[in-house]
Amino acid sequence: MGQPHDPRGNLVRPYAVTRGRTEPRRDIPIEAVLVASQAAVQEARFAGHDKYRIAVLCEPRAQSLAEIAAYSRLPLGVARVLVADMVADGMLSLHSAAPKEGFTERMDLLERVLSGLRKL
Amino acid sequence: MDFASSERAGAQPKEITSAKIVVAGGFGVGKTTLVGAVSEIEPLTTEAVMTSAGQGIDDASKVPGKETTTVAMDFGRITMADDLILYLFGTPGQTRFWFMWDELIRGAVGAAVLVDTRRISDAFAPLDYFENRHLPYLVALNCFDGAPRYEPEEVREALAIAPQVPLIMCDARNRDSVKQVLVGVVEHAMRTLVAEQERGFPTPVG
Repeated sequence: MGQPHDPRGNLVRPYAVTRGRTEPRRDIPIEAVLVASQAAVQEARFAGHDKYRIAVLCEPRAQSLAEIAAYSRLPLGVARVLVADMVADGMLSLHSAAPKEGFTERMDLLERVLSGLRKL
Repeated sequence: MDFASSERAGAQPKEITSAKIVVAGGFGVGKTTLVGAVSEIEPLTTEAVMTSAGQGIDDASKVPGKETTTVAMDFGRITMADDLILYLFGTPGQTRFWFMWDELIRGAVGAAVLVDTRRISDAFAPLDYFENRHLPYLVALNCFDGAPRYEPEEVREALAIAPQVPLIMCDARNRDSVKQVLVGVVEHAMRTLVAEQERGFPTPVG
């Protein structure tokens, strides 16, 4: 108890890439999708290895926070901190997750998802 | 009026909407198999690292000192249009990670609780969870080869599934069967939404 050093070292290490920050600048749902422009990828070259990889991943097609974490082999919480930074710095654009309120908006989305499933 | 500016607006990148459906159930019930049957990508795994300071760990003695636990969730993707993506998230199998379920169901369209008829009691905890949430869900009986077959009504009674919760049979390996499960989830979500609207008490999801 209270040992500063976990033998497996996995308490601190995951957050080393965020310099220890565990709180994202904004909450990002796990399924929210992110897109990087080509200009953003160029900018991310100077933002560090992890952020550059994330930008490259999100340039050809939109990727969810979950996909970014999985492809980057980063824990979800770490990916969320990095992605929130990149959104704040204009390197990623955040697209909305499903609407949570409003009958018409929710029903429209359900109808689109239903027709998409039927076409599978 | 500047009509040219509205023409230019059409060239701006489209806003993309993502939706998710949650696939819940006990450990080894076939959640990842179900996701893989319809996903356009091999199911991916995302991991959340929890510490003893993390919220929602129901029994701190299971996480002594400052040890961490990794909670893994498998998920898949279906790109339905250039502005619409559906994600399918499997819940962590271990039922003590309820806090992770809370994050997964937030904003979800609905959920399917997958039940293995050979280990029916494994479904009690996931069903209890959804009974107390404002999320439309259905129960899907995964019919493994050689699994004891029950009539759906026997299972409904054994698991005390409420009459308004749909119950369907499926084969988690079969694409068409899984498609029917997901169609069932969305149709149930639509019925629930309409019923809420008619009662005049629209409740936000999650």
